[in-house]
Amino acid sequence: MAMDEMPDVPDVTKKFLYVNRKAPYGTIYALESLEVVLIGAAFEQDVSLAFLDDGVYQLVDGQDTTGIGMKNFSPTYRALGDYEVTKLYVEKESLEERGLTPDDLMQITYEDEDDDWAEKPSIRIVSRAEMIDIMADQDVILSF
Amino acid sequence: MKFGIVVDEGPYTHQASDTAYQFTKAALEKGHEIFRVFFYHDGVNNGTRLTVPPQDERNIQERWTKLAEEHKLDLVVCIAAAQRRGILDENEAKRQGKDANNIAPGFRISGLGQLIEAGIVADRLVVFGD
Repeated sequence: MAMDEMPDVPDVTKKFLYVNRKAPYGTIYALESLEVVLIGAAFEQDVSLAFLDDGVYQLVDGQDTTGIGMKNFSPTYRALGDYEVTKLYVEKESLEERGLTPDDLMQITYEDEDDDWAEKPSIRIVSRAEMIDIMADQDVILSF
Repeated sequence: MKFGIVVDEGPYTHQASDTAYQFTKAALEKGHEIFRVFFYHDGVNNGTRLTVPPQDERNIQERWTKLAEEHKLDLVVCIAAAQRRGILDENEAKRQGKDANNIAPGFRISGLGQLIEAGIVADRLVVFGD
């Protein structure tokens, strides 16, 4: 979308949470969720992403889509830090239920401008109980 | 209260569009404001004027168009999702070199910024999807 199409929005900052629940391929939800996140980043809101259920597969390292004729969009998650999207909450139980560990996920980092641009991990593993609190704390939740 | 509505699923296959319509209508009847209805994913298929459902069934697209006329609703179809699925207005058809357009009356095509704006402006953003 061209910048000149950006609506003139009120100067408020809300907490936006994008909840990713689906596997990266098989349905389009993960890809089109990422498109919203990237456009939304231009609005300078307080953005977080949550990955739960099959959504945790979106962050698995080493994705190879050559056999299914689809674009591998997983490198885009690594670029989220450049868009100041730095909070990626991954639900621990969803990983465990699928035989995954945090080591199976991509290394996604951001540079913390408040800490001399130190490189920090964007992925934060949280429990299901913590995820409930994170969701309760939001103004806007978009679920994909 | 000021609501933003998001419709993420197509008509007839999925309940989401019907429920979004019923919610929107009920909210308007109770005197609430609908800031915008944003159609995303397969939800953009609610905005084609070329659907021809059997006469004894509800016409989902016409229902949205009529509600928009009555209440001056802002029905926005996401451009990126629409391009993938063949929902075009006159300008887009011309720009993409296509020989026809199919956007329904009362709908307009615009960017994802319209969705974020609805999230910022509305008191509640209500998402109807899978």
